[in-house]
Amino acid sequence: MNLKEWIFTTDHKRVGVLYLIGSIAAFAVAGIMALLMRAELSTIGPTITANPTQYNVWLYTHGAVMILGFQIPALTGFFANYCIPLMIGAKDVAFPRVNALSVWLFYVGVILALLTFFIPDPPDVMWTGYPPYSTITTGNTAMYSFTVLILGFASIIGGVNFLTTVAYMRAPGITLNKLNIFVWCTLAAFVLQLIFVPVLGTAVSLISMDKYLGTNFFDPTKGGDVLTYQNLFWFYSHPAVYVIFLPFIGVVYEIIAAHAKNMVFNYKMVVYGGVGGIVLLAGEVWVHHLYVSGMADWLRIGQMVTTLMISIPVGLMMIGLIGTLYKGSIAFTTPMLYALGVVFLFLIGGLTGIPLAVPSLTIGVSDTYYVVGHFHYVMAVAGTFAIFGGVYHWFPKMTGKMYNEFWGKLGFWITFVGVNIVFWIMMDVGVKGMPRRYYDYAHFPQFEGAHQWMTVGAAILAVGFTIAILNWILGAINGKPAGDNPWGSPSLEWTTVSPPPHGNWPSPPSVSEDWHPYGFKKG
Amino acid sequence: MKGKRMHDTIKRAAAGLAALFLTVPAWAAGGAKAAAATPDPARDWDLLWNEVIFDITIIGILFAIVTAWFIWQARRRPGNEVGASVPLSPASAVGWVVIPIFVFLSIDLYTAANGWVLWNTFRDVPANRMEIKLEAGMYSWDYTYPNGVRTQNELVVPAGTPIVLRMTSRDTLHSHYIPDFRVKEDSMPGRITYLWFNPTKPGEHIVTCAEYCGVMHGYMAGRIIVKAPEEYAAWMKGEETRLAALTAPEPAPAAKPAKPAAKKT
Ligand code: HEM
Ligand SMILES: [Cu+2]
Ligand SMILES: [Cu+2]
Repeated sequence: MNLKEWIFTTDHKRVGVLYLIGSIAAFAVAGIMALLMRAELSTIGPTITANPTQYNVWLYTHGAVMILGFQIPALTGFFANYCIPLMIGAKDVAFPRVNALSVWLFYVGVILALLTFFIPDPPDVMWTGYPPYSTITTGNTAMYSFTVLILGFASIIGGVNFLTTVAYMRAPGITLNKLNIFVWCTLAAFVLQLIFVPVLGTAVSLISMDKYLGTNFFDPTKGGDVLTYQNLFWFYSHPAVYVIFLPFIGVVYEIIAAHAKNMVFNYKMVVYGGVGGIVLLAGEVWVHHLYVSGMADWLRIGQMVTTLMISIPVGLMMIGLIGTLYKGSIAFTTPMLYALGVVFLFLIGGLTGIPLAVPSLTIGVSDTYYVVGHFHYVMAVAGTFAIFGGVYHWFPKMTGKMYNEFWGKLGFWITFVGVNIVFWIMMDVGVKGMPRRYYDYAHFPQFEGAHQWMTVGAAILAVGFTIAILNWILGAINGKPAGDNPWGSPSLEWTTVSPPPHGNWPSPPSVSEDWHPYGFKKG
Repeated sequence: MKGKRMHDTIKRAAAGLAALFLTVPAWAAGGAKAAAATPDPARDWDLLWNEVIFDITIIGILFAIVTAWFIWQARRRPGNEVGASVPLSPASAVGWVVIPIFVFLSIDLYTAANGWVLWNTFRDVPANRMEIKLEAGMYSWDYTYPNGVRTQNELVVPAGTPIVLRMTSRDTLHSHYIPDFRVKEDSMPGRITYLWFNPTKPGEHIVTCAEYCGVMHGYMAGRIIVKAPEEYAAWMKGEETRLAALTAPEPAPAAKPAKPAAKKT
């Protein structure tokens, strides 16, 4: 097992593991940025840096890397790569070399993002990169554009690959109604990526053209328009939250079904109503990010209705989850704790999103810590919990070994307490008026205590995440043998040996008439 | 037999929800009664906000309790080694889609209707307003009164007069956010946006920038000082004299006095 073999691998499982290592590294870096920001905000005035730009660079890196370098690659890179071919009984993906290219591009993108710390004028445009600031700052906007373009491209070619794989490489007997929920969710996410990433690519290319090549797409004094960028950006970036949401809720479905040993509740409702509904609505709600941006009033009202309607498919997916728990046989393993954690975090995040769907309420809390708290609950933290739970769940498959349950559960509980301290308080100060993206809050001295609590919470959750990552590393080195199917799941990935060999199955699998990935049997 | 009962239940529930659904316009209209006096968007915002927060809290708690109960009931223990769910009948499978859709949709439309009423309050500027121009820039708020008086980072207004800001920016995006009045709107080059608020009684309110605009974004703050109308008139007199002194060489153009000042004298 040498390094060269890994770098030039075309095996989907190794590509997946490379994605996992890269995205967890990205998570660690972006997490350290979060801790630095929390340290800075723990007192009014300068705390650990006297330079606001330094804070802005941390915030830029945190947001951009968490989304583009951690969550999207972990979900559509690692989980998709590792699980989809195994779940559909394929030997590999349809285009293994293209797959290798996508993970290389991902590493190029992550390295570009990390170069932020070594170039003289790092980008300070926030992960949204809004002009006019992004076209006049001394910060390096090109770096931002290229990072986004490369990571976006890596993801698009992954999308083509997986749609083809699932369409043509399913083992005999695996009909569309016998696909794992995770497979459906990830396919939907890739469809969204294929449709919307090009729009993001356009948007970020145009700001660099404006800044460096003298075009005027966003400069109104020369016939451009500022708002166009925001429309383009969110036309992608709202669907992007479903690109995160769909696979992570898919992971949660897999965990809950396997550890409750129960069939997924109303499978067709989840697939067609939930996943399908989200795909249909994803492109019609972006204006809810622009409720106070100066858009036409009729658009704000129109998209209030579509945004509220998102509650329908998302609600159906929640019903599916709860229904799967109901009458199950729930083992409180570490992956299950994370999955249940997602259910409760997502509940808080989803419900606190309802007022944000209403422009007249958003007019008060837009761009405050209320929004930051809300989206950490609903996407950032819920998604991260799903990722951590998923890594624990498939850990025995990947390594053939078992992680340590005690440390796993301890890590979960510490993180769970920490995130609720940070993000609950965050929503509270937001409603009281604390705006986001502030290096300092000198004119809001009343919030200092709350900020200190948030910093404490961040330190607590960092301990929890560290325990989890150490648990994986130690478990991979000297965990106890886990056997091929420790959870007793009929889902196909558990029917091969752990870890699966190159080609996945000694002989090509086929499934019987009454097989179903969620058909749990006694014994 | 069982299928029939199920069917009836679904029918009854659907009828009830349809009724709820149809009353939405009526509920929405209910919100629009206090039309006579100058509306107070900040107060209406608090009412709707508190209502929505109350509702989601109830939903959240109920949902959490039910879920926790399910989880506890379904814990793995001797005699419960494997899940006991059975496939749904076609009727209940469809019911589990249709009924939730009705429930969610009626909540959505009810919320939307109320949100729309409040939206109109925030966007329909009262006729007795004072119009003030705002130019935002890195990093200050520059106000211009109808009579040409200018101030920076401090907007003095008379209590009882609705104030509308016509906003633009000379450089990057900014967002004029007044937490006490629950209102903000971005300003940008090349477009004029607006917001209005109703300062009902004398006092001071923070203005803070809510759209990332550059390095000093966090320091881009100002104040709105609401004075009793007489005090405001006196302050405005002083400012006008100052302005006149500044522009003395050329005869002052017939500066229109601010409307509320005219009303009071
Ligand atoms: C786990 C611990 C985390 C902590 C303590 C944390 C903390 C923070 C804080 C304090 C801010 C706002 C700072 C400000 O507005 O000035 C922020 C912004 C943000 N966070 Fe996190 N965060 C965490 C995890 C994540 C994760 C997992 C994601 C993944 C998506 C994420 C995505 C973002 C984004 C997109 C922003 C907005 C950046 C911007 O304003 O441009 N965060 N975070
Ligand atoms: Cu500003
Ligand atoms: Cu600002």
